[in-house]
Amino acid sequence: MLRLLLISLALLWGPAWALSPETAARIAAGEGDDRVAALQQAVAAGDASLAPFLRALQDGRVRLKGGQAIVVAEGQAVPADTEEPMLNNRMRREIEAALAGLDLLSPDRATRAKALATLRDDADASKLPLFERALASEPDAQLRSQLSALVAGAKLSSTDPGQRRAAATELAASADPATRALLLERMVGETDPGAKAAMQLAIDAIGSRLAWGERAQLLFSGLSLGSVLLLVALGLAITYGLMGVINMAHGELLMVGAYATYCVQQAFRAWAPGAFDYYLWLALPASFIAAALVGAAMERTVIRWLYGRPLETLLATWGISLVLMQAVRSLFGAQNVAVENPGWLSGGWALLPNLTLPYNRLAILAFAALVLVGMALLLGKTRLGLMVRGVTQNRRMAACVGVNTARVDTMAFALGSGIAGLAGCALSQIGNVGPDLGQSYIVDAFMVVVLGGVGQLAGTVYAGLGLGVLSKLLEGWQGAVLAKIALLMLLVLVIQKKPQGLFALKGRVLD
Amino acid sequence: MLRRSALALAAATLLITPAAYAADTIKVGVLHSLSGTMAISETVLKDTVLMAIDEINAKGGLLGKKLEPVVVDPASNWPLFAEKAKQLISQDKVAVVFGCWTSVSRKSVLPVFEQTNSLLFYPVQYEGEELSKNVFYTGAAPNQQAIPAVEYLMSKDGGGAKRFVLLGTDYVYPRTTNKILRAFLKSKGIPEADIMEDYTPFGHSDYQSIIAKIKKFAAEGKKTAVISTINGDSNVPFYKELGNQGLKATDVPVVAFSVGEEELRGVDTKPLQGHLAAWNYFMSIKAPANDAFIKKWSDYAKAKGIAGHKDKPLTNDPMEATYIGINMWAQAVTKAKSTDTDKVIAAMAGQTFTAPSGITSKMDEKNHHLHKSVFIGEVKGDGQFNVVWKTPGPVKAQPWSPYIPENKGKKDEPEKK
Repeated sequence: MLRLLLISLALLWGPAWALSPETAARIAAGEGDDRVAALQQAVAAGDASLAPFLRALQDGRVRLKGGQAIVVAEGQAVPADTEEPMLNNRMRREIEAALAGLDLLSPDRATRAKALATLRDDADASKLPLFERALASEPDAQLRSQLSALVAGAKLSSTDPGQRRAAATELAASADPATRALLLERMVGETDPGAKAAMQLAIDAIGSRLAWGERAQLLFSGLSLGSVLLLVALGLAITYGLMGVINMAHGELLMVGAYATYCVQQAFRAWAPGAFDYYLWLALPASFIAAALVGAAMERTVIRWLYGRPLETLLATWGISLVLMQAVRSLFGAQNVAVENPGWLSGGWALLPNLTLPYNRLAILAFAALVLVGMALLLGKTRLGLMVRGVTQNRRMAACVGVNTARVDTMAFALGSGIAGLAGCALSQIGNVGPDLGQSYIVDAFMVVVLGGVGQLAGTVYAGLGLGVLSKLLEGWQGAVLAKIALLMLLVLVIQKKPQGLFALKGRVLD
Repeated sequence: MLRRSALALAAATLLITPAAYAADTIKVGVLHSLSGTMAISETVLKDTVLMAIDEINAKGGLLGKKLEPVVVDPASNWPLFAEKAKQLISQDKVAVVFGCWTSVSRKSVLPVFEQTNSLLFYPVQYEGEELSKNVFYTGAAPNQQAIPAVEYLMSKDGGGAKRFVLLGTDYVYPRTTNKILRAFLKSKGIPEADIMEDYTPFGHSDYQSIIAKIKKFAAEGKKTAVISTINGDSNVPFYKELGNQGLKATDVPVVAFSVGEEELRGVDTKPLQGHLAAWNYFMSIKAPANDAFIKKWSDYAKAKGIAGHKDKPLTNDPMEATYIGINMWAQAVTKAKSTDTDKVIAAMAGQTFTAPSGITSKMDEKNHHLHKSVFIGEVKGDGQFNVVWKTPGPVKAQPWSPYIPENKGKKDEPEKK
């Protein structure tokens, strides 16, 4: 009778009963061990108001005042003269795990899936009852299989060797690096030979599955680096490849594009902060136009007087590159400027448990392909492209049939520069934007064009992607420092054997 | 017209300056890169020295004379550092030089200072293994930064790390620091197989394969932590890639020794919350001396229109070390009643100064290093650091790391010549 009364009282109080202020304060402040203990007690008590409190703590909406924890409602101003509770990684992990434990029984599938992902990393025996309860009520097949893996993981530390063996056998079907790490950890202390063998088998099975993810990661990072090299080199493929101008200022045209992106970003921040996520759409044309204008000006004022004199061109464009760098330094300062990724380019797509493809890299891969296709169409299908090809192949003949070669030169150079500007815009999303930006890419750009064979696009594409994948392979094998050296050595060898590049055109075109 | 008046003004300044200063000023050399790769970090240190000089002059200068700064730009070019140092000492006849950031630049100027018996104040954390009579090291030695940081990572609150990735830029500071750390980890019973060491060139910008390697290493065993000695602007792409690849601080924390408020200026720190840095000062430290320091810097940056800082003033550890250094030197000169190198060196021993980090910083009586508190901070969403651990009090520097066997028997003071 008394018990019934108590239960009904608890039921009556249940929803209204708030987390006691003492417990809240103990979770929010104090020694690490105490806080964790208080949190675990609160979880064990099954308090309904614990979850909102923990979420507020995670979002930084809890403040301390005179030993009391105050929750600030969302969107409200934080009261003055209060302290922010300290959260370190340990506390943050404990809170995440506690919330995930609570979310595991949530009616919403997405919430449960997220909770499962969080709990994957600490499957110890103490959570076993929780996992089993969740497994019993889980309707979704995919989540069920994840849950049963969790149960198996927790059973790995069971005292019964039979159970441990069975758990290891079940886990062999996993493809998750966390599971493998767990198995490795448990195997160290394993005494039962049968269980140990089962664990080793499971580790090997998971390892061979993970190897595919690693290979895919390697290939992707290679292609991603290749796409960056390709973008950087495409503009040069026109100015150097087709027109024969050794443009040492190519790197600075990249920089101009990147700074144009920065200016657009600042403009959006100042006048349209709401549309900040879309600034790139305006930054792309802006960087193209800015770099194309600089390129056109360079061609009109300096380069056109030096056609056919490669040495003088080299020196003059190098001088221009110094002028451009110093101009940027005077305008924007010597320090790097911050170009932020828009929200939709941050983060990545978790394709496999050990393979995440960052959105900015995917975007650059797609963008490089687009620019390449656009340039191929422009050169192959339009009147301008026809004239450019005509002039570069035989200037006098083109002039004879009425092509204004001087104008075509300017247009072609501006086009190459504009593409460099686009590349600069793309680079601003993955690297630093500073006055020295161009310097770090100029060698790579020439390397790709020379290796691919001067005078044609296809070679540039092969060389860019090939160098990207090769350099990532070498990096994985020997580290970044030696990979760079090895790559340059390889380039020297190739140029010695094939001075025209790997994919040189045959015939009189190159004369 | 405008040009002529500007010319006239310049001429007037040229005429007046020597007349007004010449005889009764004390010249102070400033040797920081204002262009090239290191400009990003060193430029603010130049401004910090100038601010402190203004402050001292406003109080009436030293020994009845005003301080006069002589600023040169060694342009991140290591041999040029030595040349410029020579010029400061023999041509400009400066009494003291504040300068250098990278260890390689310090090594380059060291013979110059020793030959001419002049003074250098070096304000950046470094790898130790050096002790010169002519240098005062106001940054941290390894036992004031690196070792406590690793101890924290191994503690329960730090996540109890058992496996370590030592990641750095390929030059003397990271290589030496990692050598010390490797020996330290070994002494704590961490086997060789649980330590991964990797280096990238200066200015490296593609961290995809490094992050993939870290992920793989972390999946091969127990709790893993990364110790980063990556220097300069490579940190921006490194942290961007870290965030994008979803490597969270709760899984694999990264503790950095060369990343402060200034380096994170250009990074979206929301995905980086919880990653760590170890320093002897953070801008977020609550102390009256720090509030005063930040206010001084903000006002100065606004008045001088320093790029970046005039809108968003930031202070960091090397700035604090620079500030302590110049103030201690001023105290020592006042005590010695002279700017003579040997007298100032003698007067420097045991000098104290209320540091912005909230402690009373003391120059060791013998070993030319400061006693410093160590702080570990976690990156917050706004690019500031949240102090999660600190030493109970100031720690004495050990320039010769006890974890390197060859250091046994080396004296904790400069060799007498």
